[in-house]
Amino acid sequence: MAEHHITTPVTDEVIGKLRAGDAIFISGYVYTGRDSAHKKLIDLIEEGKDLPVDLKGQFIYYVGPTPARPGKAIGSAGPTTSYRMDSFAPILHKLGLKGTIGKGTRSEKVKESLIKYKGVYLAAVGGAGALISQSIEEAEVIAYPELGPEAIRKIKVKDFPCIVINDMYGEDLYQDGKRQYQK
Amino acid sequence: MKTINLSEVRDKVKDMVQEANFELQDDVLKVIKDMQAKEESPAGKAVFEQILKNSDIAKKDKLGLCQDTGLAIFFVELGEDVKLNKEDGLGSLKEAFEEGVRIGYKEGYLRKSVVEDPIRRKNTGDNTPVFIHWELEPGDTFKVTFIAKGGGAENMSQVRMFAPAAGKEGLEDFVVEVVDTAGSNPCPPIIVGVGVGGSFEYSALLAKKALLRKPLGSHNPDPFYEDMEKRLLERINNLGIGPQGMGGRCTALAVHVEAFPCHIASMPAAVNIQCHSHRVLKFEL
Ligand code: SF4
Repeated sequence: MAEHHITTPVTDEVIGKLRAGDAIFISGYVYTGRDSAHKKLIDLIEEGKDLPVDLKGQFIYYVGPTPARPGKAIGSAGPTTSYRMDSFAPILHKLGLKGTIGKGTRSEKVKESLIKYKGVYLAAVGGAGALISQSIEEAEVIAYPELGPEAIRKIKVKDFPCIVINDMYGEDLYQDGKRQYQK
Repeated sequence: MKTINLSEVRDKVKDMVQEANFELQDDVLKVIKDMQAKEESPAGKAVFEQILKNSDIAKKDKLGLCQDTGLAIFFVELGEDVKLNKEDGLGSLKEAFEEGVRIGYKEGYLRKSVVEDPIRRKNTGDNTPVFIHWELEPGDTFKVTFIAKGGGAENMSQVRMFAPAAGKEGLEDFVVEVVDTAGSNPCPPIIVGVGVGGSFEYSALLAKKALLRKPLGSHNPDPFYEDMEKRLLERINNLGIGPQGMGGRCTALAVHVEAFPCHIASMPAAVNIQCHSHRVLKFEL
């Protein structure tokens, strides 16, 4: 299990170094989005319109934070379950998105798209939203403010902790880890 | 006869929803630490460390332990001899609970996670309605149990109607199957609440009540079910799913089973999954 510190946006070369089971610390900007925001992005793509964000080399974090207390960038901000975004992820990877961050198993289609478009799926620890919020320095709503906690935010992170679940080589930590400790 | 002021109920509720969301209780922390000591996988150990650090930060900064601060679910044991004093603009006991949740979720910067219709999905904006299970008791008891129930773990729960012949093997296989299917989704290490018997809806209620048992990890007083809980915990922890599903020894922190009489033709069974962010609090007036 290797450890990597990476800064966004990332290149294919960086993605190539990340293997299932590795610990990753992300710095730079990351975009947030969950169910409703994804639906809106996909609608724009289908209509052939420009997206409000340039996803090339970027990561999307699946999160719907608690409201920020005064003077804080964000509230508790742990990952939400990723399978609800499974139908959207391959479309965004095709446009250059390099990674998604959430928790829980992805579909075969998502895993295939990671191989095809050179991407990774990372997990943050579900239920550690208070701890994770400490690695978020700034948060700015950049699209769909009407969605409240589900709006797209551009967040500035410093050493944001995650683990690689699925890499671009088809490896899967959930499957491998379970196999290793099953009795 | 005991008289209870509704404003007191509202204020207690307002405080309890916040405290539950900011602090893991001692019994939960104890089980987490016991399991941490037994975890063998490096990824699993790292997860336990993050869970404990998270609980320190949440408590200190009054931040939600998790961003999903849950549906507000209450179990209320209400004595028949209790007199309720309607005051401070509160017209009913239910209103006192709703007001408490409304104020507590706002004041505590907790997330509002309720939509007003399951299909049309507009957020109600104040985390109401609350979900209250009333139990009428003789005497003048007034006991309230609160659980903040997040969506991720609740979504992995199941009810099944068995024929009586399924017996204990059928029930135990079902519980293990539900946990295995849930995998990494409900944020393991999880807590497994099992309800067996009653009727279709009653089994689900029993499963939720099983989650509320204090202290966490204590056993059913009936040795038959105590043995079942121990067997189930071992089988579940041999699945290898591990903390956050990354592989490891600890998939579940505890299994609680509650049983109840049922029809001669049925054996209803329900499994309610709960995450490590086990936010349960009680108060009595
Ligand atoms: S399952 Fe529990 S810990 Fe995980 S996101 Fe939901 S409420 Fe939080």
